[in-house]
Amino acid sequence: MTTVLATRSLVKRFGGLAATNDVSLELARGARHALIGPNGAGKTTLINLLTGVLEPTSGTILLDGDDITSLAAHKRVRRGVVRTFQINQLFNALTPLSSLALAVSVPLGASSRWWRPLGKDAAVAAECETLLARFRLAEVMDQPVHSLAYGKRRLLEIALALACRPRVLLLDEPVAGVPEGERQEIFETIDALPADVSILLIEHDMDLVFNFAKTVTVLVNGAVFSEGDVATVSQDPRVKAVYLGEDHAHG
Amino acid sequence: MSDATAAAASTPASAPPLAPAARSLRGYARWRWWEVALFAALPLSWLLLPSQALLLNEIAIVALFAISLDLVLGYAGVVSLGHAAFFGFGAYAAALFAKNVMPDPIVGLVVAIAASALLGLASSVLILRGSDLTRLMVTLGVASILYELANKLDWLTGGADGLQGVVMGPITVPFTALKGFDFDLTGRTAYAYTLVVLALFLFVARRLVHSPFGVSLQALRDNRLRAASIGLSVPLRLVAVYTFAGAVAGAAGGLLAQTTGFASLDVFDFHRSAEVLLVLVVGGTGYLYGGIFGAIVFKLLHDLIAAWTPQYWNFWLGLFLVVLVLVGRERFVRPWTWFRAGGKRTP
Amino acid sequence: MLTLLFDGIAYGMLLFILAVGLAVTLGLMNFINLAHGAFAMAGGYITVLLMNRAGVPFLACLPIAFVGTALLGAILERTLYRPMYARPHLDQVLFSIGLVFMAVTAVDYVVGSMQQNIHLPDWLQGRLPIEAVGIGKYRLFIVVVCALLTTLLQWVLSRTRFGSRLRASVDDPRVAGGLGLDVNRIFLLTFAVGSGLAGLGGALGAEVLGLDPTFPLKFMIYFLIVVSVGGTTTITGPLLAALLLGIADVAGKYYVPKLGAFIVYTLMVAILLWRPQGLFARASAR
Repeated sequence: MTTVLATRSLVKRFGGLAATNDVSLELARGARHALIGPNGAGKTTLINLLTGVLEPTSGTILLDGDDITSLAAHKRVRRGVVRTFQINQLFNALTPLSSLALAVSVPLGASSRWWRPLGKDAAVAAECETLLARFRLAEVMDQPVHSLAYGKRRLLEIALALACRPRVLLLDEPVAGVPEGERQEIFETIDALPADVSILLIEHDMDLVFNFAKTVTVLVNGAVFSEGDVATVSQDPRVKAVYLGEDHAHG
Repeated sequence: MSDATAAAASTPASAPPLAPAARSLRGYARWRWWEVALFAALPLSWLLLPSQALLLNEIAIVALFAISLDLVLGYAGVVSLGHAAFFGFGAYAAALFAKNVMPDPIVGLVVAIAASALLGLASSVLILRGSDLTRLMVTLGVASILYELANKLDWLTGGADGLQGVVMGPITVPFTALKGFDFDLTGRTAYAYTLVVLALFLFVARRLVHSPFGVSLQALRDNRLRAASIGLSVPLRLVAVYTFAGAVAGAAGGLLAQTTGFASLDVFDFHRSAEVLLVLVVGGTGYLYGGIFGAIVFKLLHDLIAAWTPQYWNFWLGLFLVVLVLVGRERFVRPWTWFRAGGKRTP
Repeated sequence: MLTLLFDGIAYGMLLFILAVGLAVTLGLMNFINLAHGAFAMAGGYITVLLMNRAGVPFLACLPIAFVGTALLGAILERTLYRPMYARPHLDQVLFSIGLVFMAVTAVDYVVGSMQQNIHLPDWLQGRLPIEAVGIGKYRLFIVVVCALLTTLLQWVLSRTRFGSRLRASVDDPRVAGGLGLDVNRIFLLTFAVGSGLAGLGGALGAEVLGLDPTFPLKFMIYFLIVVSVGGTTTITGPLLAALLLGIADVAGKYYVPKLGAFIVYTLMVAILLWRPQGLFARASAR
């Protein structure tokens, strides 16, 4: 197993609270890895640390063996570490088409061009076409993002991440708020990603975790509580105990 | 490129139709009819309104200044209360150059643009971090510092009296047969000169905002976090746009100094920064032409109201601002939404 | 030198009282109110008019200025300001600039544009010879009054229920509202008191700073410096920032008159470059 992304004793303190407590994690190439845990366990904080949105108090983060702990967030994206947000983070005044075109132009090296219009680049347009079709956003591609329905916004949220050509994809509750019927479709799109893309998924819906993930890490109070393949961890009585008393009505 | 597409490219009549996304994307940057009309109206105004040249020159300079602010505010989302810093810097640079080095207008303008661009680059570090209030304060601070400097360095700038007696030489465009256009009292030469500069910068700015860089500015305005999360370097882009906007504002200031033969402290004044902000807001932010429309409306309103009540123009200006904001800037700029409950926003 | 220091402290404390309302408004309602100086001006003019036209003694004018301006603030908050809280900062800036312009020209129209003079009561004029350092009696008075007010403010914030409600609302308005705090009333009271303090500061400062219709525009940047450098999450932050500003300004104008306000602006820009959240801010939920 080749490790693509790893953390070593990662710690993040806010005042006296350790939101991330000595987490050492390894994500293999082509992983389908779930990150689960009760609310407030520090799952989103971990993703924020991995993507550079937050600076760790101590510990290191390694990408392909290189230390990226102090690498700027946007540079990590260019190295292939891409995430989605639990609450949609979109460009409200732009259209889905221009948002995707912009995201797509980054790996194509065209994002700094200041003279030629964004629309003239055939490669950008072609990739947008593919993404719009795959996420069924083609009908709304010219509407301002702020006017889209929630379901479409969620799809755009994920499409934007895929536009960045991720090698490591960190999904923070990708189907939160999406109606049941559409969840499976989204997951099929994610599943259809190339086998060498490593995926880390924060999810509460256990069915989706079972269907999609092969391995899982359980995070409790910022620390790794249990780890292993899905079947074993889900049978672990300690894990079940941690979830008892948890409010399962989480959207 | 495959053989098929190469063949298609060489015979445009049988080129495959563009996919919808590609077509839409191209359409975003397409010239609208009213844009073409506007660009045509510029030289027409010079031809058809010769007696209004001085007034139109003033409007064009303010328009250029407002366009520069639009890049910073409308496109990059930086609220600046001190944009006059670049305007004034360009004005004094052009005036001092003409007085102390050489009176050639075009060379002087290039110097003013370069100087203001440098100022933009230097002060761009200040707007990278911090809240809206912080940015407000540092932009205000820079303009105030320059005001004080111009005031105190009176051996250079003429201080409170301003820099007088700036005599410009004739306009000579290098590599062409265009020489010897003197600035005259009618202002027609000045206006033509200003128009050319305005049109040039407007064209460049237009390319800029439709380019990937321009779209990335709007992205970082809308959601800085997400912009970084798709791999865009936010600080670099802010530095770039602030530098360019500084250059454009400096051009406007330089034009003012050159066409009026005078530079005074009020080019750095808070009123100047507040006024250009208002001009832009009246015309509408974020679509590049708001500066022009705003400048026209503002100047006409100003002349109208100031003729009636010269001392208390500021009162009506203030009232207008308050009403404008209470009504809502978006609705104001689109009069057809005044009678509809909530207009639909176009991309 | 000590006289300078003392003058700077007096100036700083005055600036603090003038600006504290702005700091709290910004921290509490996230509202950039560039018209804050207009309330100070109102207090100053109320005092001047009462003293010169109605012969009201100076000391009595001070509480009247406070109450009058507080009432004005309360009315404006309820009618004009409240719908603006959720608006983007640009709108707030434009709105408050509009209000300032209106206030400045209205006062100019009604009262005229000359500087107004206050005749201080005799016991406040002159200097106290302390240790061969002349300390202006009026400046001493200012320091004492402002120090009392500051202590009172600090006490209200940390010891009273209103104070803790206010602090909770500043920290996180949504949670505060969710906990049942009447956020609207807190906003109203705070805005009123903040404006009242500005009015009181204007009354106190009329003699020292000069009072004419351009007062809000002249001093706006100073208030904003106090707030942006001092931060909006504490009271001591703006206090220290105001003192720093007062001393720097007075010292600068004395030692390097050629540069004048340049020093203050440069200092501010440098500080904000180093610490964009202000010198004394601590992280809040927003």
